[in-house]
Amino acid sequence: MPELFVAKAVDLQDGDRRIVAAGPDREIGVFFKDGAYYAYSNFCVHAGGPACEGLMIRQVVDIVAPDRTYQGQTYGDEVHFVCPWHGYEYELKTGACVGDRRLRLESFAVVCRGDDVFVIV
Amino acid sequence: MDVARDDVRKLSFEEFSTDQLLDHAALQAKQRHFADFLIVDVDSHHYESESLREVAKYIESPVIRDMMVHQGARAGRSAMINSMVGYQDTGGRVTRHWLRTREKTPPGTERDIVLTKRWMDAMGVDYTCLFPTPMLFLGLHPQAEIEAAMCQAYNRWLCERILTAEPRLVSMLYLPFNDPEAAYRTVKEFGDRKGVVGFMVTSPRYKPVHDNVYMKTYALLEEMGKPLAFHAAYNWNDPSLALTNRFISVHALGFMWFNMVHMTNWVINGLPERFPGLKVVWIESGLTWAYCLMQRLDHSYMMRSSDCPSLKRKPSEYMREMYYSSQPMEVPEDLSILEATFKMIKADTQLLWSSDYPHWDFDLPSVIYDLPFLGEKAKRNILGGNAARLYGLDPKVVKRLPDAPARAAE
Repeated sequence: MPELFVAKAVDLQDGDRRIVAAGPDREIGVFFKDGAYYAYSNFCVHAGGPACEGLMIRQVVDIVAPDRTYQGQTYGDEVHFVCPWHGYEYELKTGACVGDRRLRLESFAVVCRGDDVFVIV
Repeated sequence: MDVARDDVRKLSFEEFSTDQLLDHAALQAKQRHFADFLIVDVDSHHYESESLREVAKYIESPVIRDMMVHQGARAGRSAMINSMVGYQDTGGRVTRHWLRTREKTPPGTERDIVLTKRWMDAMGVDYTCLFPTPMLFLGLHPQAEIEAAMCQAYNRWLCERILTAEPRLVSMLYLPFNDPEAAYRTVKEFGDRKGVVGFMVTSPRYKPVHDNVYMKTYALLEEMGKPLAFHAAYNWNDPSLALTNRFISVHALGFMWFNMVHMTNWVINGLPERFPGLKVVWIESGLTWAYCLMQRLDHSYMMRSSDCPSLKRKPSEYMREMYYSSQPMEVPEDLSILEATFKMIKADTQLLWSSDYPHWDFDLPSVIYDLPFLGEKAKRNILGGNAARLYGLDPKVVKRLPDAPARAAE
């Protein structure tokens, strides 16, 4: 399976990303977050936007008390990345679309060889 | 290693480029051969607020002009132009909304023209009908005098600085509907100007469209052959919509609500019978509202035809002769539902594709082009042919698709 060079590991800081061209019509977004690498297709399942190029932001959650009253909102632990075209959100760890988890971005394996990071396509 | 290091791109939020953001749109345009046929976008936007000081110079009243210029110099205070609570960029997630000010444009050409043509070329759009953004709420301004003054200034500025300079940009000019006489004068003054393909009423407002004070304006529009559009927006201060507590809610309801009210009044009061030659366009409410309202009004009409004796046919039959912009097009999982909606509104001849770019829920031409139940002829009509006929545009393709990907390598 072809391996595409992504970056020198030392050049990827926490939260950094690279977009790798894997052909004229194919792009892969490679994320480095909390010590792990994730790689997904850069084409949003919605309208084909650059899904991996928007904000990274934690999930928003409603705070509901035991008596089932609403107590505001906060951020949870799950990290999302957001397609900048329309705001479709994806779970960083799985590539699942948050609005409908049956939908997900194609994912790719990432390997480190020496000082270099590669994505397998 | 299959790809050279030059093909790895680092992301930066320090700068912004429409070409880069819409690179995938350009790819779609190329894959679908959009260069081969006309695409007309009947609803797109610019941010006239960024040119407010220039627009203000066109205000006729020296007093209002001075107030507007003075106010425009003091950002962050209460304004002379009303605004609306809202967060369309979803907390910054729709990045172009806050990055766009960093986009560079060459000197010598109006920035609005440069930016608009960039996204048009990326999507494969030949002509676009450009509308303002904050002014969509101007119909809610407490002073009809300010709406009229601002509208006249904006229309003059748009005609002189934008439409005259760029033939691919057209507009349906803002009608100051809260001042019926000013609305009439607006059609008189601007109806024959270059690039003016009709007139537009912003829907959130509280004047009934069937009021007799508007009849001479409708008659004039009919006589001049200029379509009349109702452009949707929301009013979070409306008593019913104020019950909603999230932007998603007020947007979903508000963008349908005012057009449903105006459409109901328009049909039930027999305006299609009074103005049979006046073409009416309903903008930015999506499509499901029309599908719903046609059935709802027909059902009641059969029992209460005495409420609307001017009608000679069912309400849906009049509605089927009007025009609808497509965005934000609801796409259900079961496409047979969308197909039924297309049939209901006679989409082949009455539906007009629209992007609403650069707003948060914009649509690309592929939203129509990729529908499996449409033939090639219907696709091309909806994407451009219907609008060209409605607005009298030359059907010759004038766009220029980008030659190469806009992505800059690291």
